Amino acid sequence: MSKQRLLVIGNGMVGQRFLEELVAKTQAYDITVIGEEIRPAYDRVQLSAWFSGTTVEELTLCDENFFHDNGITFLTGTKAVSINRTAKIVKTDTGMELCYDTLVLATGSYPFVPPIPGNDKAHCHVYRTIEDLEAIQASASSSQSGVVVGGGLLGLEAAKALKDSGLVTHVVEFAPQLMAVQLDDIGGALLREKIEALDVRVHTGKATQNIGTGTTARYRLNFEEGDLETDMIVFSAGIRPRDELARSSGLSIGERGGVIIDDHCKTSDDSIYAIGEVALWQGKIYGLVAPGYEMARNLASTLTDEAKTFSGADMSTKLKLLGVEVGSIGDAHARSEGSRICSISDASRGVYKKLVISNDGKKLLGAVLVGDTGDYDSLLQYSLNDIDLPEEPISLISPQSGDKPVLGVDALPATAQICSCNNVSKGDICASIAAGCTTMGAIKTETRASSTCGGCTTLVKQVLDAELKSQGIEVNNDICEHFSYTRQGLYHLVRMHGIRSFEELLERFGSGNGCEICKPAVGSILASCWNDFILDPKHVGLQDTNDNFLANLQKDGSYSVVPRIPGGEIGPEMLAVLADVAIKYDLYTKITGGQRIDLFGARVDQLPAIWKDLTDAGFESGHAYGKSLRTVKSCVGSSWCRFGVQDSVSMAIYVEKRYRGLRSPHKIKMAVSGCTRECAEAQSKDVGVIATEKGWNLYVCGNGGMRPRHAELFASDLDDETLIKYIDRILMFYVRTADRLQRTSVWRDNMEGGLEYLQDVVINDSLGIGEELETEMQGIIDTYECEWKRTINDPAALKRFEPFLNDDTPDGDIVYVRERGQKRPARAEEKQQLKVKEIA
Amino acid sequence: MSMASNAERSEALEWFDIAGVDDIIPGTGAPARLGDKQIAVFRDKTNIYAIDNLDPFSDANVLSRGLLADMKGRICVASPVYKQHFCLKTGECLEDATVNVRAYPVTLRDERILVGIAE
Ligand SMILES: Cc1cc2nc3c(=O)[nH]c(=O)nc-3n(C[C@H](O)[C@H](O)[C@H](O)COP(=O)(O)OP(=O)(O)OC[C@H]3O[C@@H](n4cnc5c(N)ncnc54)[C@H](O)[C@@H]3O)c2cc1C
Repeated sequence: MSKQRLLVIGNGMVGQRFLEELVAKTQAYDITVIGEEIRPAYDRVQLSAWFSGTTVEELTLCDENFFHDNGITFLTGTKAVSINRTAKIVKTDTGMELCYDTLVLATGSYPFVPPIPGNDKAHCHVYRTIEDLEAIQASASSSQSGVVVGGGLLGLEAAKALKDSGLVTHVVEFAPQLMAVQLDDIGGALLREKIEALDVRVHTGKATQNIGTGTTARYRLNFEEGDLETDMIVFSAGIRPRDELARSSGLSIGERGGVIIDDHCKTSDDSIYAIGEVALWQGKIYGLVAPGYEMARNLASTLTDEAKTFSGADMSTKLKLLGVEVGSIGDAHARSEGSRICSISDASRGVYKKLVISNDGKKLLGAVLVGDTGDYDSLLQYSLNDIDLPEEPISLISPQSGDKPVLGVDALPATAQICSCNNVSKGDICASIAAGCTTMGAIKTETRASSTCGGCTTLVKQVLDAELKSQGIEVNNDICEHFSYTRQGLYHLVRMHGIRSFEELLERFGSGNGCEICKPAVGSILASCWNDFILDPKHVGLQDTNDNFLANLQKDGSYSVVPRIPGGEIGPEMLAVLADVAIKYDLYTKITGGQRIDLFGARVDQLPAIWKDLTDAGFESGHAYGKSLRTVKSCVGSSWCRFGVQDSVSMAIYVEKRYRGLRSPHKIKMAVSGCTRECAEAQSKDVGVIATEKGWNLYVCGNGGMRPRHAELFASDLDDETLIKYIDRILMFYVRTADRLQRTSVWRDNMEGGLEYLQDVVINDSLGIGEELETEMQGIIDTYECEWKRTINDPAALKRFEPFLNDDTPDGDIVYVRERGQKRPARAEEKQQLKVKEIA
Repeated sequence: MSMASNAERSEALEWFDIAGVDDIIPGTGAPARLGDKQIAVFRDKTNIYAIDNLDPFSDANVLSRGLLADMKGRICVASPVYKQHFCLKTGECLEDATVNVRAYPVTLRDERILVGIAE
């Protein structure tokens, strides 16, 4: 018997999830997928991340081989235009006719654009696909101001995108408050206050009559009363199911749209199913991905004859909108019969929290949180698992955390849903831990928990920790056999106890004699804390090969020398010095990727003389050998460039001089670009600065190299002072908390709470350590000295550069041949030949 | 300071005066010439050790510039090029038993370091 033909229309988030669920269960279907978009499904939930540098590839939900490996025919850029239910044939806009035995509609929804005259102007957009975002970005680059029509969840996300693009941003909402679906009026008002404080202008209770031509800006929105001028508009006024195919083929449709489905996701036609945002279940369209995923799971079961039914899904949400924390759980509007409310509102802190409680006071039915969602996770568990509330429910949200009853993860039943996006229960997580997943990464891969919105990460981690503890498994993060501490732990010990040497640390907190893992790590920590001379006899035995001789070891045992050229700016006289030195010592010269010049092929014993010449001429160590700041690359900026908007060279030089010599867990690279053309490639650096009309945009935690990572936009339009303050704090926080040899990109990827957490620590000073970090950084800056200058004036340090303890003639085993006019190390066979010649 | 050498074998050895003890900073190594060979001499808290300076993996004279490492109680040097460990007492390579360097007996006389080599 030939396989059943399964046809899926739509390859969005839910359609894709359905395919994954199905092929994991059975190979019984011959599957064809029709997708209107030009690319396979991507993460629409994280769509806004595209604006801060996340690429389409990163957003894509499956790897490129998924369709091929699973024998699925995938037609991209193809739209289904009609269904003939009698013949069971779907027609496409490319003229194809596809037969099916079973048809799945996963066509999602489209953004609703209110029927306002003028809504089709060139700079009017919606916010749903990658192409929409590209169009918005293009408009924004020629606009000064922007309006978002719609003050719901998505509208506020769009507002953030406009704000980040540097536009004067307005939100126009028809209802009298923001986020009317999730929040009550008090919560909505507080949200408005907070958003307005960020300079996003909110206009509620406004119905746009038409969109005409503006006088000071491109367009004018005319309201019943008043008007508003703007250069561009983004409509985000709700979504509508894409049920046009179902409609024209006569399937049952809800009164206000949506394909009606039963508990098995079946439509009014036995051979046709609908899932995701196009589906209407018990009169409800879910505008969230988690219920869609739940439908996908259920349909995959149904099609493999497992009896599972869809029984609704939770609509609670926790978000950060324009930096404001907002949470909504269950019956936020207290619509349940006899429900009671208790709430607190603290105007000084800008926090509002409300609980909706059952009539008997025992159960939590809903909640609203604005300004602080710290209690969200535990409240959600109370509500989802019907856990009895404490005597005084208000204590759950009262700020005196001391007497707050903690709902430990131990208190949760195994059935408690931890990850609502992927319907992962506590029991599922425990089972994966029992099966050997002992890291967050492993649990994520195995169960999918916290892999969609990430909101439950903390909770998953708590379950993991508690489980491991109860199983007696200890998580070993020790740096090596000599210290039972992480790098972070050692850092704190050194700071707290004022420890100034490795010996002292080992004696008090370690065992044995140390090794090549802990010694350089501690050497680096001591340098980060106290900035002592690293070739001091008490530290010299700790330094890694390169630090040990303040140069970079090459394969033949010789070294390369890299003087600092701040910002890549160097005058001809200084270039001449480099040329002279290179000629005098016969050094191979090459321009580095970091805008400086590398001089290769110096023997250890030549290093001091070379550096004497260099420092005499005014050069300083470039720290190319250290786990420390390397270079701050820059473009030529507004001084010369026709497009530059800020003086990127001056800023780069300032930044490079400020942080030179800072010892850190790994090397640090930075760049400053003078305009958005980004010629300095700042978005591939640990710290990237890009000039805007109004100041600087700061990007963090990017990386080139083996595992490239785009830097993320950390803050926009900063003045010089704030920019430097933020960089000080970020760097010092990195120095404090990263693992050994962990670049900022990995540090950031492993950070619980991600970029927002880092922003909170640095911008909002949520840990109260901001000033401390700045003071520590100032300490490093104040004690900076050029290591090479110090070395060539220190006879004891120089002794180590002598060729041999008992002989002054240099090592003759280092042999060079010439290539393209410069020297290079002889290969083994070349060495052999040269030796033979010598003997002859 | 005790000695890593072995008294009975010293009869058959020729001893070379290499340097003063204080010429090497504790916890580091330094290179020396021994006839036409290069050796790496190390000093830890209590002892002096000598092994070949040539790193067999990179074929460069660099072992004296490696970091001293306590590998479960065995005192080693980690090659600065590709990071293999060599036992300072025996010259064995911990990562690859088929490769080793030579270890030399060391003795101290009047605060001078003497390295022995078979006659
Ligand atoms: C900016 C943004 C932020 C969001 N944030 C969140 C959030 O934080 N949390 C949350 O839960 N949800 C969020 N959502 C909603 C979430 O993205 C949707 O719930 C989810 O994408 C629905 O999946 P779907 O597969 O039903 O629809 P879609 O992902 O829209 O996929 C439908 C696909 O079908 C295609 N299609 C339609 N008709 C045809 C046809 N005739 N022929 C061929 N192909 C067709 C469409 O082009 C589309 O690619 C957000 C949405 C947006 C836009």
